[in-house]
Amino acid sequence: MENLIALLVAAPLLGAAVLLCGGRRLDAVGHWIGVLMSSASFVFGVILFADLLGKDAEHRTLMQHLFSWVPVEGFQADVAFRLDQLSVTFVLLITGVGSLIHLYSVGYMEHDERRRRFFGYLNLFLAAMLLLVLADNYLLLYVGWEGVGLASYLLIGFWQHKPSAATAAKKAFLVNRVGDMGLSIAIMLMFTTFGTFAFGPVLSHTGDTSEGKLTAIGLMLLLAACGKSAQVPLQSWLGDAMEGPTPVSALIHAATMVTAGVYLIVRSGAIFNAAPDAQLAVTVVGAVTLLFGAIVGCAKDDIKKALAGSTMSQIGYMVLAAGLGPIGYVFAIMHLVTHGFFKAGLFLGAGSVMHGMNDEVDMRKYGGLRKYMPVTFITFGLGYLAIIGFPGLSGFFSKDKIIEAAFAKGGTEGWILGTCALLGAAITAFYMTRVMLMTFFGEERWKNQPTRSPEAPSAEPAAEHHGEHAEPHPHESPKVMTIPMIVLAVGSVFGGAFFSIGDRFLHWLEPVTGHSEGDSPLSAAAVTGGTMVCLLIGVGIAWAMYGRRPVPAVAPRGSLLTRAARRDLLQDDFNHVVLVRGGEHLTRSLVYVDHTLVDGVVNGTAASVGGLSGRMRKLQNGFARSYAVSMFGGAAILIAATLLMRAV
Amino acid sequence: MSFPLLTATAVLPALGAVATAAVPAARRTAAKWLALVVSLATLALAITVLVRFDPDGGRYQLTESHAWIADFGVRYELGVDGIAVALIALTALLMPFIILAGWHDADPLETGSRRWRPTQGFFALILGVEAMVIISFEATDVFLFYIFFEAMLIPMYFLIGGFGDRAHEHGEEAASTQRSYAAVKFLLYNLVGGLIMLAAVIGLYVVAGNFSLQEIAEARANGSLHMATNTERWLFLGFFFAFAVKAPLWPLHTWLPNAMQESTAPVAVLITAVVDKVGTFAMLRFCLQLFPEASKWATPAILVLALISIIYGALLAVGQRDIKRLVAYASISHFGFIIMGIFAMTSQGQSGATLYMVNHGISTAALMLVAGFLISRRGSRLIADYGGVQKVAPVLAGTFLIGGLATLSLPGLAPFVSEFLVLVGTFTRYPAVGIIATFGIVLAALYTLVLYQRTMTGPVKQEVSAMPDLRARELLVVAPLIVLLIFLGVYPKPVTDIVNPAVKSTLSDVHKKDPKPSVEAAK
Amino acid sequence: MNPVNYLYLSALLFTIGATGVLIRRNAIVVFMCIELMLNACNLAFVTFSRMHGNLDGQIIAFFTMVVAAAEVVVGLAIIVSLFRSRHSASVDDASLMKL
Repeated sequence: MENLIALLVAAPLLGAAVLLCGGRRLDAVGHWIGVLMSSASFVFGVILFADLLGKDAEHRTLMQHLFSWVPVEGFQADVAFRLDQLSVTFVLLITGVGSLIHLYSVGYMEHDERRRRFFGYLNLFLAAMLLLVLADNYLLLYVGWEGVGLASYLLIGFWQHKPSAATAAKKAFLVNRVGDMGLSIAIMLMFTTFGTFAFGPVLSHTGDTSEGKLTAIGLMLLLAACGKSAQVPLQSWLGDAMEGPTPVSALIHAATMVTAGVYLIVRSGAIFNAAPDAQLAVTVVGAVTLLFGAIVGCAKDDIKKALAGSTMSQIGYMVLAAGLGPIGYVFAIMHLVTHGFFKAGLFLGAGSVMHGMNDEVDMRKYGGLRKYMPVTFITFGLGYLAIIGFPGLSGFFSKDKIIEAAFAKGGTEGWILGTCALLGAAITAFYMTRVMLMTFFGEERWKNQPTRSPEAPSAEPAAEHHGEHAEPHPHESPKVMTIPMIVLAVGSVFGGAFFSIGDRFLHWLEPVTGHSEGDSPLSAAAVTGGTMVCLLIGVGIAWAMYGRRPVPAVAPRGSLLTRAARRDLLQDDFNHVVLVRGGEHLTRSLVYVDHTLVDGVVNGTAASVGGLSGRMRKLQNGFARSYAVSMFGGAAILIAATLLMRAV
Repeated sequence: MSFPLLTATAVLPALGAVATAAVPAARRTAAKWLALVVSLATLALAITVLVRFDPDGGRYQLTESHAWIADFGVRYELGVDGIAVALIALTALLMPFIILAGWHDADPLETGSRRWRPTQGFFALILGVEAMVIISFEATDVFLFYIFFEAMLIPMYFLIGGFGDRAHEHGEEAASTQRSYAAVKFLLYNLVGGLIMLAAVIGLYVVAGNFSLQEIAEARANGSLHMATNTERWLFLGFFFAFAVKAPLWPLHTWLPNAMQESTAPVAVLITAVVDKVGTFAMLRFCLQLFPEASKWATPAILVLALISIIYGALLAVGQRDIKRLVAYASISHFGFIIMGIFAMTSQGQSGATLYMVNHGISTAALMLVAGFLISRRGSRLIADYGGVQKVAPVLAGTFLIGGLATLSLPGLAPFVSEFLVLVGTFTRYPAVGIIATFGIVLAALYTLVLYQRTMTGPVKQEVSAMPDLRARELLVVAPLIVLLIFLGVYPKPVTDIVNPAVKSTLSDVHKKDPKPSVEAAK
Repeated sequence: MNPVNYLYLSALLFTIGATGVLIRRNAIVVFMCIELMLNACNLAFVTFSRMHGNLDGQIIAFFTMVVAAAEVVVGLAIIVSLFRSRHSASVDDASLMKL
């Protein structure tokens, strides 16, 4: 059974290799190869899951050792896989949701001439992510970690002819690299501390070393997680990543990539448990990001960017939960899984809307679409209800637990974190209702509006290609796109309840992550009640602003906060001024220094030698008699020197 | 006496060089094929060396020793350890690709310039360099090494000065001036280094009485040869200076961008992937073994210089407007990593550095040769002259991207393994140095991706819209290199197995042991 | 007579010859002065031979004479051809061999 684990990774990897090297001959069937490979991986995942289910809770770990990868004295890195409850949960999410997105892409990318390559990249993405969650040591995890970065780079920049897409892809890779730096320093620290970086030995020996070292490792891991999971301060790539085709956004936000940071923190739970300072940092990052993302999400008129802000915020919830320690690990993962369903559904829905609207992304140009796209409307609507935490749907169960856990942290911290989480819930309800109302309800603003208004904040160049199209004709998407949306909608409706009834999910994951009930100052009912109140407030405000009143087709100027939020709370501007401009000045002056100073010394030496020899040359005047003088002089000096030496 | 395999490996390309040069002027193509066949035969010999070499056997194997200049104790002594074997294999491996990539680089121009491009000479010089590099890796006699370390400058000088890019943005006249500037700069820089080394070589003879690396190292180890502290330091500096010029280490690096910029892409690969490796290799073999105490004494300063090289090279690469100069500065950054790994004096650092030499050779070859194909299509080296190539020539862009990803050490490709080993090896002994060097990986991503973005993506520029994709010959050059990059990234064990024992004995020469982890978690 | 006196004479002759080479312009005179220097050397050699009581110096003197004879042949030929082409025997006129 263990031998199947490698196949999980191998299937999509093979798919990627075949599709990318296969050439044009595969253009006709390429996308189906991609779907086949990801589904095959899903089937393997299900088989392995069934196998684990059949064992008793303490022995649900399968190990597969393939070969010794980098053996240098004490440094032993192996290609080895570990499949336990935590990784199999991720495997099912990645391959399941991933396969649905593959299927959806068959329809979505139908008219793209490079569809085969797109599926190659998608397969690569899955393979890298599976490697990440299956690796048995941090170095192999690092391979998957950067592999995910590469795949996202290729996919975000898939429409390379657009400079904005290429820039966004580069930005995503670079910001991720900063995080990767954290991961590699963490691995180096582990190696010097423990002499290894395999999960088993490291995580079981955390008690033997000082808290300071563990805190350092924990903070470096947090830096890594921030990069991959788009947490403040490394969140800036996520919004720009919307330049990629919509299925890519779904894949990045739901099944792969951004969940990696949460996985890393939960997987390294033993380290964080022994380093409270690092844990506190994690919760702070999570709380800040969940508010940050939510605020940004409120201001965006681009449907995908609004959803991106939402993802940031939801991942913030997960990171917050992961930072709470054993109280929150399980709920972080549970929210991650349910979020995987509804966020994938929402993105695919957004893609379906764009598909029917000539790739328009500005929600101010939508409106009243529910009549034209019933399936999209219903699936998107269910996802919407799930994410805001409507009672009975997935998000209700998973998010509620996180808010409870935040309060259960205890003390002042618990109150602050809990309040942040509650506030986040209210804002989530607000911005998601806003998206819903602007897209599917209200008047049909796309009618009689063939030209794009120049002030529109959305600068999606994809739309420019279709800018010459007159009025869009909204229509429902083909079956190959709607079926995945329906499946995901079912998941978002029932997933949470399925996991929570009888604490199924808790019992499943507990052996890996551990679990403890904190002592919450509030009863569970009180938290739920509070959440409901927040939810109603959020929805109510949104209804008041966007439901009752018509939505202006041109974005109003808005308050200072709105304008800042539209610009990602000025973080990009900060980056631009400090890092980009500063870096440009630095490199330019270094180029100058290298040329004038370092090379100048060399050329200066050469020039002075040249000058000296030019002067010496003058001595060669061609007069035989002056040569004779120098000969006699030289001879005289030599003789004098010889005699002098004798004398002394 | 057994067959002198090492001599044969070096002599074969030398004979090939002579034979290639002797091919009549009209039969250019025959000369090319001859050079290719010779390089392949050399590769076969190098593989034989690799197979015959027993990693668990003695330190120097396949040794040959003959009296040469008896009066001065100079001997013709050859022998290889694991590090040398790996680098000989790399050299022999890259040569056929360099020759194939440069297939048309030395064809006489049909019209216009009257400059004579002797194809025979081009390929003969390349084979000559190969012969000299291989024998430098094999020599265990300091004097023998010195001769070929210096002699390889001569063919390199002609390769840089005599053959440049076919089309040039500033016209043939300016190109010729710049080329000779670069060639002379290369020659003078390295000659100065070599002369200082010559003084140190003579000094070593005065102190030790012979030139044999093994004898001196043994005598140093068992205490029968004592060197005064200052003597050892001066001799070390003399050797190190020459190797640092060749490597090149900041601030002795400025010849490399000029040389790589002006020469054709295959020659640029020859410089950075093959010839420069002799410098870093010699640090491992000569500096550490002959002067262990002085090496330890100089370590802090050298680490600082290496660190500066890493960051400085990467930052300058970001600021370049010329594709080849960018690759050159990236190489300077990578050489910083190699030197840092060598002087971290841990087994991870030194194994990583050796592996780095091999991987850097392959990855730079891949990137630079594709860049060369690109440049030959458009006739410009300036990044700004390109844009949207991805759309026109997807295979070219794809291979370029893989070469770039290898340069930025993406996990899964070979350079990652070596770079991480170097970082870990440095970190275990000098954490601060390790952490600062890690910034290099972010900068590497920056310059590579900026290069890729500016040349390959975006709207298709008018001038590149008719650019053909990679031809069969070009694909034949790039594809095997990429396969190797992936293979060594996934399974570097064959190389590390060969290198590890050699590194172990080098470390025991300098009396250094790996730092122990504070918790013994690994069983 | 004290043989050292011959050495004094030899030094005197040599100095006269050297001064002549340095200050005279006419190639023939310069040439004669060189011969004077050679013969001064010869005198010194022969004197040393006498002083040390062996024949080494005398043998060297023969060599010098042979060299001088050869030099005269070559040198005069050069001077004559120089004179033919330039109509002057001044050594300063032939100053083209410079960088």
